[in-house]
Amino acid sequence: MSREILTVDKLQKFFATSRGTVRAVDNVSFSVLEGETLGLVGESGSGKSTVAYTVVGLHAPTSGKIVFEGNDISASVFKRPKALKKAIQIVFQDPGTSLNSRRTIQQILELPLKVHRLGDAHDRKQRVADLLDRVELPHDFMYKSPHSLGGGERQMVAIARALATSPKLIILDEPTSALDVSIQAKIINMLLKFQKEMNLSYLFITHDLSLMRNVATRVAIMYLGKICEVAPTIEFFQRPLHPYTKMLLSSIPVVSPEEEALKPAKIRSEGEIPSPVNVPPGCGFHTRCVEINGCCSQDIPEMLEVEPGHFVRCHLYSDSEDKQGKE
Amino acid sequence: MAETLLKIENLHAEFKVYEGHLLVLNGVGISVRTGERVGLVGEAGCGKTTTMKCVLRILPSPPGRITEGKILFRGRDILKMGPQGIQRVRGSGISMIFQDPTAALNPVFTVGDQLTSVIKYGSRGSPSKKQIRKRAIAALREVQLPDAERIFTNYPVQLSGGMRQRVCIAMALATEPELLIADEPTTSLDVTIQDQVLRLLNGLVDQHGTSVIFITHSLGVVREMTDWVYVMYAGNIVEGARNDALFANPLHPYTLGLMSALPKLTGGGIAEGIPGRIPDYLSPPSGCRFHTRCPQAMKQCSDARPRTTHVSDDHDVDCYLYGGGADE
Repeated sequence: MSREILTVDKLQKFFATSRGTVRAVDNVSFSVLEGETLGLVGESGSGKSTVAYTVVGLHAPTSGKIVFEGNDISASVFKRPKALKKAIQIVFQDPGTSLNSRRTIQQILELPLKVHRLGDAHDRKQRVADLLDRVELPHDFMYKSPHSLGGGERQMVAIARALATSPKLIILDEPTSALDVSIQAKIINMLLKFQKEMNLSYLFITHDLSLMRNVATRVAIMYLGKICEVAPTIEFFQRPLHPYTKMLLSSIPVVSPEEEALKPAKIRSEGEIPSPVNVPPGCGFHTRCVEINGCCSQDIPEMLEVEPGHFVRCHLYSDSEDKQGKE
Repeated sequence: MAETLLKIENLHAEFKVYEGHLLVLNGVGISVRTGERVGLVGEAGCGKTTTMKCVLRILPSPPGRITEGKILFRGRDILKMGPQGIQRVRGSGISMIFQDPTAALNPVFTVGDQLTSVIKYGSRGSPSKKQIRKRAIAALREVQLPDAERIFTNYPVQLSGGMRQRVCIAMALATEPELLIADEPTTSLDVTIQDQVLRLLNGLVDQHGTSVIFITHSLGVVREMTDWVYVMYAGNIVEGARNDALFANPLHPYTLGLMSALPKLTGGGIAEGIPGRIPDYLSPPSGCRFHTRCPQAMKQCSDARPRTTHVSDDHDVDCYLYGGGADE
């Protein structure tokens, strides 16, 4: 078993707004092992991007602990040592806005090298050229600006920028959801290649479960600021347990009868994700759940390990006392 | 066999830009029969939305211009209609649902204001104010919006994305159109909400007997929503087939590339995708526009466009691999 590179423990991130407190991330615990891809899946508003931003340091957590390679990084990002910033990088969803349109690609790729004092001025140009090679873009892209590139090429540049500091953990925040499938395929395959070559760990944030089936080592499902199910990918797709997971899986449009057979029996998707300002009492999902019991609207279910490595937060699985509680 | 409701023949359209002319549509041909649900799939920038804008004559002009072709709706050419004729088509003939419901609704008018004007100007005869309101509320109920009276008085910002799209569907169907064009109606929605909206749309279309053109980039959605599918690449229809025929036996190299690039629930990794990117419309490739990216390109592919080959009654493909000759 590989060691844990990132551990997030009881992370909370609330935002104060004029209409009340947004409980964007509420008691989220997970870990990312070295060299693995953890897929964090959820609908918009589930808090998955907030988790990413908090880990990378864009938000300071309200409470909870983030530990990266034994170092507590839950304090403000201004107190975070530079070496740790270097080791954690992020790729954002929309490369159109995450790359500065007034800089050339060379300037964009040089910035992390300058910040972390990697190489001298002459050496840096060579490093930029190497980075472009890695993402299979021609060298003359150095002198182009982001807006003259296609969406896929821009995302390649954003990935090259993340790779520039030789990080250990890359957070991928929906890196391909704005792109066409043929370009997505290319980028994903490239990411998998880098992972193997550099023993990278990925925290892969997405809403696309079919993509996670092919990419992730483990999958975690988020709903309304909480993780409701975590399992190794194969187990997750063969035996989904949480009613929300089943609803998600049965909502995916697929292209072949073989895939159709893998979906759980059709659970009609009902209702919408509630506002994180007014979180319903008890289990956050009870307003849309088809298997609701009496206690669902009162008690918040605990995370339980139903199978080794397969955790689920649901009252349906909590009555068997012999199962050891976790968290 | 049902009669043909809409027939697009050899449609060419271009946009004039500073550098020259973008030759976007390159002889698009599509036909929709009464009661049929037709899917149009392709990647961003392949001309799906441009084609539909030509159908409704809402292509911004200039810079856009339709240079050739016919769009026959109930046998009459839309491109030759006068302002009144096209107004009638837009009113009760063809409606459209757009991709982004937030942009499609006017933020400074209530849902009720917008819905009643659609009914007022789109319906035959001149219904009274009371009748219009009643029909608007009924339309909101039909799309399963809870508390229709309240939503009638709400502004779009007060609704969620899924609810806004339901309002757009209500608006599009309020005038009982014969043909509904749905342009990526669920792309901006979450998968569980997408499932709800698609189910709703399917139910309503069945109930009203409306024909549908469903535009999307998602092969999965097309498979669940349509009877007949057209695959579009760089301004050309490259393959057209009955739904099950296409998914059981895709023929065109582009369709095959798309299918293999799609992540599957069955796992097994993702194929390399299609090399290169969609061509520049200023100087598109000669012959078959896909030949620059095609793994099976031959010499003739760059010389002339392949003719449409009828592989079977329910499967057409524009590719030399299937025995068709060159287009004249």
